Amino acid sequence: MRRVVITGAGTVNALAQDVPGTFAAMAEGRCGIGTLNFPDVERLSVQIGAQVQGWQPEAHFERGKLAFYDLFTQFALVAAAQAMAQAGLPGAPGDPTRWGCVMGTAGGGNGTVNDAFRTVFAEGKNRVHPFTVPRLMNNAACSHISMGYGLQGPSFSVATACSSSNHAIGLAFQMIRAGMADGMLAGGSESMLNFGGLKAWEGLRVMSTDGCRPFSADRNGMVQGEGAGVFVLEDYDHARARGAEILAEINGFAMTSDAGDIVMPSPEGAARAIRGALNDAGLSPDQVGYINAHGTGTAANDRTEVAAIRQVFGPAADRVMVSSTKAMHGHCIGGTGAVELLACLLALREGVIAPTINHRADDPDCDLDVVPNVARQARVDAVLSNAFAFGGLNAVLALARV
Amino acid sequence: MRPDVQDQIISIIAREAVLEPAEVHPDMTLDELGLDSLGLVEMIFAIEEAFNISVPFNANEPSQSDFDISSVGAIVRAVERMIAGPAPAAA
Repeated sequence: MRRVVITGAGTVNALAQDVPGTFAAMAEGRCGIGTLNFPDVERLSVQIGAQVQGWQPEAHFERGKLAFYDLFTQFALVAAAQAMAQAGLPGAPGDPTRWGCVMGTAGGGNGTVNDAFRTVFAEGKNRVHPFTVPRLMNNAACSHISMGYGLQGPSFSVATACSSSNHAIGLAFQMIRAGMADGMLAGGSESMLNFGGLKAWEGLRVMSTDGCRPFSADRNGMVQGEGAGVFVLEDYDHARARGAEILAEINGFAMTSDAGDIVMPSPEGAARAIRGALNDAGLSPDQVGYINAHGTGTAANDRTEVAAIRQVFGPAADRVMVSSTKAMHGHCIGGTGAVELLACLLALREGVIAPTINHRADDPDCDLDVVPNVARQARVDAVLSNAFAFGGLNAVLALARV
Repeated sequence: MRPDVQDQIISIIAREAVLEPAEVHPDMTLDELGLDSLGLVEMIFAIEEAFNISVPFNANEPSQSDFDISSVGAIVRAVERMIAGPAPAAA
């Protein structure tokens, strides 16, 4: 089987609008969560989030094209451009039918839906913008990326709630490994920080009004973020042959379904995904230095995730570093796995383990080394990235230093 | 307790718990009624809609809430207090 490597990375999120800025913020343990700013926010009971600040679409796109781009597509396109630039690729190299794109998103053009509904329901108008459908469709970001770089191979979007990005990256990895494609752009994007989007989330009563504190005994819920991460994945030999800089190798992926509850996670389903990724990568728990946790900061997730890690890692669970970067960039839902993959690259490439900030009190149910509050220097050779979605759909990636 | 408020709440809880209202008594806990966390969130939503109130409740820390859900009767009393409006602030 072919080996699969990452040769480019790009991101837009509340911490920064590029990878170096995001690495710096993660190393500093900076928090991107603040007061939300959009119409009608005062009618929400939760008014904090990790919103991208100072976003200037005109700086990135021509006006004619912008009419087709919901914010989630804008974030994805900017992240893809950064990733392709780092990979040194103006477009698909070689046969363009051997390159494709898989993008995760949960809400797709949720902001476009919100605006259109406001127009017809609240403002009583009888027409919406003519491009409402091409803006809101879940595959819009994927399609615009493929158009931008002439990627003519397998391309589609994946919607598995909070696991969307990991599923997208994992599927792209499997396609290259299996020989179905030579290279793929993969990642995820999300933007549902708008009145309708957050009002829906409020209903579940799982969000914190005062901050995201994963694994801390006083955690009281998740905090929403937004943003995108996009990566260039290539066949190892192909990347070597063209002299590309290799950022890391993706060497394992597993996906499972709890087949249990629509919102409550199961430790067994999560454990099967973690074990599956280790097996796929040929790794033993002892070899894994860092796990980027799903770590949402809800009562249910964090406890379940720790139980799953303990179940798979056994005694090695006491040695592995586990952090949730959601306390910094918020829960970017369908884009979150892609933003979190950056913490894995930071660990493998720079030897910096991003912390779990806002840790105030140990929770006996979350008794792992959660790298509280301050980043740590450590050489790690293999890492995992967890994603466990509402609906019980789990996806875990394994990466290694090359 | 105001009987009308109590009857209305019992009928909401009974619907969520898939029971007859006659089977729901003020001294029963939500556990005894077999309400899971989603059922609880739906119940609170139905109470908010029925009485036009806003119930402070975070599923991550149900016991921290000002809204007492320790029994059916406690819920009725909490709703009655909310309908009556906030207590006068101390000077």
